[in-house]
Amino acid sequence: MILEAVAFYFFAGVCVTSALAVIIARNPVRSVLFLILSFCSAAALFILLGAEFLGLILIVVYVGAVAVLFLFVVMMLDIDFTELRSGLLNYLPVGALVGFILLIELILVFLITLTPGTTTPKAPSPPLHTTPNTNAIGEILYTDYFFLFQIAGVILLVAMIGAIVLTLRPPVQRKGLPPAEQIARSPSDSVETRDLVSRRGA
Amino acid sequence: MINLTTLQSLAPHALLLLAPEVLLAAMAMLVLTFGVFRPKSMRSVYRITALTLILAIIALLLPLRLPLGDFTLFNGAIIMDDFARYMKCLILVAALAAIFMARDYLERTQLQRFEYPVLILLATLGMCLMVSAGDLISMYLALELQGLCLYVLAAFKRDSLRSSEAGLKYFVLGALSSGILLFGCSLLYGFAGSTGFEDLAGAAGTMPENLGLLFGLVFVLAGLAFKCSAVPFHMWTPDVYEGAPTPVTAFLAGAAKLAAVALIVRFLADGFLPAATQWQQIIIALAVASMVLGAFAAIGQKNIKRLMAYSAIGHIGYMLAALVTATFEGVAGILLYLALYLTMNIGIFSAVLMMQKQDSQVENISEFAGLHERNPLLAFMLAILLFSLAGVPPLAGFFAKFYVFLAVVEAGLYPLAIIGVLASVVAAFYYLRIVKIMYFDAPAEPIQQTSGFGLKFLLVVAGVINLAFFAYPAALLIPSQLGAASLIAP
Repeated sequence: MILEAVAFYFFAGVCVTSALAVIIARNPVRSVLFLILSFCSAAALFILLGAEFLGLILIVVYVGAVAVLFLFVVMMLDIDFTELRSGLLNYLPVGALVGFILLIELILVFLITLTPGTTTPKAPSPPLHTTPNTNAIGEILYTDYFFLFQIAGVILLVAMIGAIVLTLRPPVQRKGLPPAEQIARSPSDSVETRDLVSRRGA
Repeated sequence: MINLTTLQSLAPHALLLLAPEVLLAAMAMLVLTFGVFRPKSMRSVYRITALTLILAIIALLLPLRLPLGDFTLFNGAIIMDDFARYMKCLILVAALAAIFMARDYLERTQLQRFEYPVLILLATLGMCLMVSAGDLISMYLALELQGLCLYVLAAFKRDSLRSSEAGLKYFVLGALSSGILLFGCSLLYGFAGSTGFEDLAGAAGTMPENLGLLFGLVFVLAGLAFKCSAVPFHMWTPDVYEGAPTPVTAFLAGAAKLAAVALIVRFLADGFLPAATQWQQIIIALAVASMVLGAFAAIGQKNIKRLMAYSAIGHIGYMLAALVTATFEGVAGILLYLALYLTMNIGIFSAVLMMQKQDSQVENISEFAGLHERNPLLAFMLAILLFSLAGVPPLAGFFAKFYVFLAVVEAGLYPLAIIGVLASVVAAFYYLRIVKIMYFDAPAEPIQQTSGFGLKFLLVVAGVINLAFFAYPAALLIPSQLGAASLIAP
């Protein structure tokens, strides 16, 4: 029990601090790395709760795909982050308001669960200690929800076709040099003579 | 009702029930592969696609000879009843028409790409699943499948600013409406404890005034109203109709509208019939607003595709008015209306596609002037279809409206019926104005008629169905009543 509590507070602490570091860090690459740390500790929290499938999915999808995509974007595109950050004081009141509302909602939810006679969360079925939840999800996903699973696959296929239809251009046909244009060029089009002063450059 | 659950019990006869969908999905992937490896043989791609759709119709109608009855598959995710069969038949016909219409048009406009038939097939698959959705998850997945295909199709002419704008607008608003719909679904699931329509009906029966259920219902209805462009969720319609390539517009106005209306009917009739008094007010508001806006906003339109968009909004209003009744007669009226509206739509868009001027399509209504002297057949058929849309008596459109308003009056909703009739009188003005321009105005620049056989065939068939419907109405009346009977007992 003690070990569990220690692990919880450790991962929760890391999660919150690294989330804070994401918005505070000056270097965008560091921000993304802190984001990955935050995702990983959230995944650890899920595993502590017994939801190991959700935890692993979080690592596979968010860390493996989304965060790496962020890294690519941050490194490849020339985004001026100091400019993005410049309006911080303007947006602060609105952000604080939204955060405050969220905090109140969280407190309300917490209070409701404390008052007796309200709904209690249902126990997971099948019970966690008999079937790991990866098994449980797999068992209904490929039987009861088999058909819906297939349709979701078709939707992904459509998304792929759509992206290709709307963006793929056929390769430019002509790759060699056109001889006629080359012959038609005259020296006056392409050569320029200039008087250059010594040690001054063009 | 026979329930076929899970994979273990999926005997071959259950797969036979899903044969049209399986065929569509498999052929879409086959056509995709074929198109990638043989990009030059566009004609055969279109032929295969058309053949697939015809085979799907046959696969759909084949089990009719056996006394099959209603089935639910996959724990109620899919419902196979007469309603679904009737709607799927119409949707497949609409898709077939979209393939016929597109072939020459896409060739002319240099848009000839094999992805078009693939996307049409996949969109058709989504629509077929929409009309037989039996729970919230399959409803949402089917909606997304057809929606994604339609967003791409609307932006298919990607070098045109208009088309890209149409695709983007449709995508953004469609995503927003899906979000609203999903929020509603989560509320419904939270309060009913199940996603199946049948269980929702049970929950709605035991606690019809439950606030959470009502909130969920309102959000889901708002999302569905977006999909079938009922006022006040219609804003995207005119821009998307105008910007999308014309065959795609025909597909949007035909198959997509059919599937969306069918989904609303199925959702309310299967899931919320016990709480009818709760949603009737919402549908009344949607119906009245759509009928009135459809009648008045179309008057000032100069582009035929924009005009058809407002006309579609008006027609959705009439169908929703029939849905308000929540009776067998109302649903039967909607089903008949959908079938006849589909024929008018196919006919009018074929006519629009047939008219050309130099290199561009004729879309401006003023350019129709004097059409009757140059292309008498085209003008005559177009006039028949416009009269039918206006609801002029012996034509099919009159009967469609007649059965709808009859159901409304029988349910005692006189004010709704009066508003509807007045709106259709106002709407008749702009349909008749086009006829007047074609027949009585001085000819403008000559319009060339494209030579394709497919379009002429579609136009003539649509015209003849609208002309001759009164001679043998049972051909559509009986199937529509069978379909309605599987939702609400007569």
